[in-house]
Amino acid sequence: MNDRPAIEVQGVSKVFGTGTERVVALDEASVAIRRNEFFTLLGPSGCGKTTLLRLIAGFEQPTRGQIMIAGESMVGRPPYKRPVNTVFQSYALFPHMTVAQNIAFGLEMQGFDKAEIDGRVAEMLTLVRLGGMEQRRPAQLSGGQQQRVALARALANRPEVLLLDEPLSALDLKLRKEMQIELKRIQHETGLTFIFVTHDQGEALTMSDRIAVMSAGKILQIGPPNEIYEHPSSHFVADFIGETNFLDGTIVALENGCARVRLGSGAERLATLPPGARSEGTVSLAVRPERASLAESDQEAALAGRVETVLYVGSDTQYFLDLGGGTEFQIRLQNQAGMQTPYAKGDEVKVAIPDGALQVLRD
Amino acid sequence: MSVLAKDAAGHLPGLEETSEAERAEARSGGRSRTFLLAMALGIIGIFGILPLFLALIYSFLVADTYGGVRWEFSTAAYVQLLFDQDIFDDTLTFNPAYVQIFWRSILLATYSTVASLLIGFPTAYFMATRPAHQRDFWIFLITIPFWTNLLIRTFAMQLIVRDEGVVNISLMGLGVISQPLEIIYTDFAVALGLLYAFLPFMVLPIYAALERLDFRLVEAGFDLYANRFKVLRRIIIPLAMPGIIAGSILVFIPGLGAYITPELLGGGKHLMIGNMIAIQFGSSRNWPFGFAAALVLMSLVMIALTVYARNSRQLGGGHG
Repeated sequence: MNDRPAIEVQGVSKVFGTGTERVVALDEASVAIRRNEFFTLLGPSGCGKTTLLRLIAGFEQPTRGQIMIAGESMVGRPPYKRPVNTVFQSYALFPHMTVAQNIAFGLEMQGFDKAEIDGRVAEMLTLVRLGGMEQRRPAQLSGGQQQRVALARALANRPEVLLLDEPLSALDLKLRKEMQIELKRIQHETGLTFIFVTHDQGEALTMSDRIAVMSAGKILQIGPPNEIYEHPSSHFVADFIGETNFLDGTIVALENGCARVRLGSGAERLATLPPGARSEGTVSLAVRPERASLAESDQEAALAGRVETVLYVGSDTQYFLDLGGGTEFQIRLQNQAGMQTPYAKGDEVKVAIPDGALQVLRD
Repeated sequence: MSVLAKDAAGHLPGLEETSEAERAEARSGGRSRTFLLAMALGIIGIFGILPLFLALIYSFLVADTYGGVRWEFSTAAYVQLLFDQDIFDDTLTFNPAYVQIFWRSILLATYSTVASLLIGFPTAYFMATRPAHQRDFWIFLITIPFWTNLLIRTFAMQLIVRDEGVVNISLMGLGVISQPLEIIYTDFAVALGLLYAFLPFMVLPIYAALERLDFRLVEAGFDLYANRFKVLRRIIIPLAMPGIIAGSILVFIPGLGAYITPELLGGGKHLMIGNMIAIQFGSSRNWPFGFAAALVLMSLVMIALTVYARNSRQLGGGHG
């Protein structure tokens, strides 16, 4: 419809308590969330992701900064006057109401007439595939069904933005996979902006259009899943998402926005340089286990080490190497038909790292 | 499960010993259960059912001149509740005096219940929304009045509301009024006394219900466009309803049969059923009438509770 962001978080901080009990839950967070986007706040517990969601919903007021929803400042506006709805981690379904009454609640409060409410409740029940459950009470539903009611109750109001606070964490693995697909389908069908909070990196990578990785109250990196995975800008992001090898290197030259780095072995490779990272001197580097391989020739070799462990995991084989001096390095090779594991514990091997597989980290 | 277990025991000899042992255990469990049940039933029988049964018998006897009863069957006690019997020709004329006392008792108990609900609910809400470690302190404060005898507390109330009491002296001192307010020995004073005496019984059950309330539901209500008033009416009150009902019953029923409060604050002019019944065993020396009035009072309460329980079961469905 237009280009203005669905939500703008502008330099928002949230401090709980005072004196010795003072906790900075959110520290100068800024992010713009686009319309129709599936945006994920990802981080370990206590990183401030739920606080940010609660600030957007209006359950908390920011200590500093402001939040704009659809271009309007939300300063001092109570949750019941904000065009957002929340799917709570605990679902928070009203136990004294039926499924239909739960879904109708928000519409009733907004003063819609009965025919409109009935229509939307029926529509929502179809959307979340709970037809025939209208008269049940929440206690009579399974966890997955309760989850769907919570979703329908929030979506019935057609909010500007749907906030989802770890909605899948209470479900078992199979149901969680199902609901992930279901959520993507619903987001696609309704065309709404979703802000999804999770600590599960797999969930974040598979579902999101963009991810904000958070730690200790700060937003460390914002980007699409592949960018977050392929080009983590900080040590924390590289470590939190997927498996990573960390190396030290020295920048010897800059070429087309990339850095030529010299590794401890003396080999030089091109590495991606994130904005804000140091462009000279010694830097920390990250490389994904599947981007490295075992070198056939000395030319290819970037590093050398000894095989410590070989793990066969079906589709892949993982090699855990010791590069000397206690530095561990992990390589994951895809298994080919009829391939034998060529190396065993104790073998000396060479590691190949192609140009661009290395990532310079900010810290 | 148990059906399966029995089947297996029937077919597999190895399992029969176990089931034999289980049966023995069940028998001994049964004996101790019978014993405990007999104890409970015995206590209920001796202290509950037997006195009621005696009251029922006595209410159908004839009052003796100096108290006690004569063993002659009579329904006079029940007739007396509604009618005056002419001494000469036995004609009955309707006498509303006792009905009025019942009615006043019901009204006063209702007023004090409503007032204690209006004061008790916000109090309980305040307590339940304090940080967990502070709540015990507030409960402790609520229970402080129980440390003192009700009689003494009612006397204290008398000191506050009487013509030369704290309220009137202060108001006159401030020049708000020139004549003392007539508070003591009115229905208002009695209702105030009942409210004071039974308020904790309203606060504590509501507190218990609100303390269990999941306040995330309140957030969900706010999230779904309900303002504070609507959240209170549509979410908090319905979920606290078991506590509100328990509290109302706990205030209304003792209020209905109150004795000390109307005696001291009503000045004997504003009788409630409790005082009326007490008089029958004292100065009036009419035991059968006292028993009859007590049983009618109890029946009214039981009928009211039964009707309520029926309705709430039908309306409430499977939850609660």
